[in-house]
Amino acid sequence: MDRLTTIDGRAYPFGRKNVDTDVIIPAKWLKTVTRSGLGQGAFENVRVEDGNVFDDPEYAGAPTIIAGDNFGCGSSREHAAWALDDMGVKAVIAPSFSDIFSGNAYKNGILTVVLPQAAIDRLMEVALTDPIHIDLQEQSVTTQFQDRFTFEIDPFRKECLLNGTDEIGLTLASAAKITNYEDVVANVRPWLRRKG
Amino acid sequence: MASRPRTLYEKIWDDHVVERRPDGTCLIYIDRHLVHEVTSPQAFEGLRLAGRPVHRPDLTLAVPDHNLPTTPRVGPDGQRLPIADRESALQLATLEANVAEFGVPYVDAIAAAQGIVHVVGPEQGFTLPGTTLVCGDSHTAAHGALGALAFGIGTSEVEHVLATQTLQLKPAKTMEVRVDGILGFGISAKDVVLAIIGRIGAAGGTGYVIEFTGSVIRDLSIEGRLTVSNMAIEGGARSGLIAPDDKTYAYLAGRPMAPQGADWDAALAYWQTLPTDAGATYDSTIILDAADIVPNVTWGTSPEDVVAITGVVPDPMSFADPGKQQAAVKSLAYMGLTAGMRMADVPVQNIFIGSCTNSRIEDLRAAAAVLKGRHKADSVKWAIVVPGSGLVKRQAEAEGLDRVFIDAGLEWREPGCSACLGMNPDKVPPGERCASTSNRNFVGRQGPGARTHLLSPAMAAAAAITGRLTDVRDLMEKA
Ligand code: SF4
Repeated sequence: MDRLTTIDGRAYPFGRKNVDTDVIIPAKWLKTVTRSGLGQGAFENVRVEDGNVFDDPEYAGAPTIIAGDNFGCGSSREHAAWALDDMGVKAVIAPSFSDIFSGNAYKNGILTVVLPQAAIDRLMEVALTDPIHIDLQEQSVTTQFQDRFTFEIDPFRKECLLNGTDEIGLTLASAAKITNYEDVVANVRPWLRRKG
Repeated sequence: MASRPRTLYEKIWDDHVVERRPDGTCLIYIDRHLVHEVTSPQAFEGLRLAGRPVHRPDLTLAVPDHNLPTTPRVGPDGQRLPIADRESALQLATLEANVAEFGVPYVDAIAAAQGIVHVVGPEQGFTLPGTTLVCGDSHTAAHGALGALAFGIGTSEVEHVLATQTLQLKPAKTMEVRVDGILGFGISAKDVVLAIIGRIGAAGGTGYVIEFTGSVIRDLSIEGRLTVSNMAIEGGARSGLIAPDDKTYAYLAGRPMAPQGADWDAALAYWQTLPTDAGATYDSTIILDAADIVPNVTWGTSPEDVVAITGVVPDPMSFADPGKQQAAVKSLAYMGLTAGMRMADVPVQNIFIGSCTNSRIEDLRAAAAVLKGRHKADSVKWAIVVPGSGLVKRQAEAEGLDRVFIDAGLEWREPGCSACLGMNPDKVPPGERCASTSNRNFVGRQGPGARTHLLSPAMAAAAAITGRLTDVRDLMEKA
């Protein structure tokens, strides 16, 4: 996973509440066999709307989405995080997220930033014309107009995102313990080996 | 070692801790990993992108099941027939390519041992007592019937297990569900588990591992126990567990992937230490009496919507919780039922006997016993029997069960998930009802607009004969 320290650039001023994972990626994309390429299907049903932010050239390639309450609710499909990642999104800023979505986002190196509605309103305004700056180390979201909002994040998740440690990478740091466990088990429960 | 009394769950957990973190998270070793075509492609892709191998291919077993059509797979010339749905075909081909690339043992779509992952695992002796077993599928809970700590996982976790053979987990709470007494005539394991879910609710087991205990569970065959544990997830619990006993050992002895010789003896000695110690405590205990369990069916769109076949469609306002009242109103509208209607008057046009809940040999025998010498009603348009594996199919054919089904007007199919979730072509038409031995009656589960009534194999057979939901005991008494 890439290290995540700062995120700079324009932000999609999406603003919508209760964006469920079906909105992020519709069910018909679940028969896919890759994680990549889901960006094509991301917000498919929003993109049919005239003047939607995702097709506005102004925001093309923006690394951040600003949204309303309860982002990522509904089905637990990990495809939602994969779709955002594939469209180049590195952070979502919203007043609240579903637990499952924020876990999936984190597992895929996407930062979920929780800020109060007043801050969201201000950032939505700035995003129309100017970039947004997120600093994970500082736990802050700033603009070039002296706005500065700080956010909370689980210290363990923060470390993992800063170091680019995905969960697998982290577990593999204990690889010696795993092989040691395997050696012990080979002796005490030898029948667990598979021969057939 | 301290000898504090421990539950079966605690014993398995303790023996699988590789590392314990200060916040209580443990790195847990996974002994067995089942893989199928739907939730694995992105996991293999992740490994490929990161340049990681599968850490223990030998502890992994891949089996295609969800997308396979249940129509013949081999033509008269012995050639494999192509799969018409292009996306299904691609998912299946991707699994085949991935297992070849990563060296994962694979049961081919046309192998005799092929079947639904949760039927294949126990049948091959891949599933063993005291092991940790995972699969990217929520009904992995089934394997707990043999005393394995088994649970479903998401795709990132599939990748995590492939890469490391471990998972980062926090311990669950334990719930004992004890079913005492002796089951009445014509009552099956499915009726027991439906009664349990009706009692605890679809979210009642959330955060828990359920251990099923009591004389009723002990008296069940391994097949029956698999039916019960399979549906632990429908009660909200990620895992179900049943202590291994002599039946478990007799079931496993001689299975192709089960230990043999000295390994078997050592394994048996260990397995016998697993059952919950006297004096160990559960975080919660629920007790049911067998005398209260009757043939059950579901009326709504949640597996907790259980009612006796002798009962009526409930009035939504009879539920205390306003949320449940609203949900019930919606369910009844979707199901096309009205409060007060007798369940035994509900007509069905489709019959599905199959799924990882009820597609083992004993299930097919139970259905065949009811159907023998009878014929399905003309109003039943579509009735299929889908064995859980190629080996179940063979066994059933050796016993002549296929003839009983065919003579009764039912179709005898190739093994797979089939109409349980309709990822393959087996679907229930919109607005029609299906008496189904599967495990989920969610909106659209068996196809868009399909109306599902969950019940046991014998009850599904009874519904096929009369064309409506029927108390199988009436037919059995006549027989
Ligand atoms: S039979 Fe149904 S519940 Fe079982 S694994 Fe297949 S789709 Fe899932």
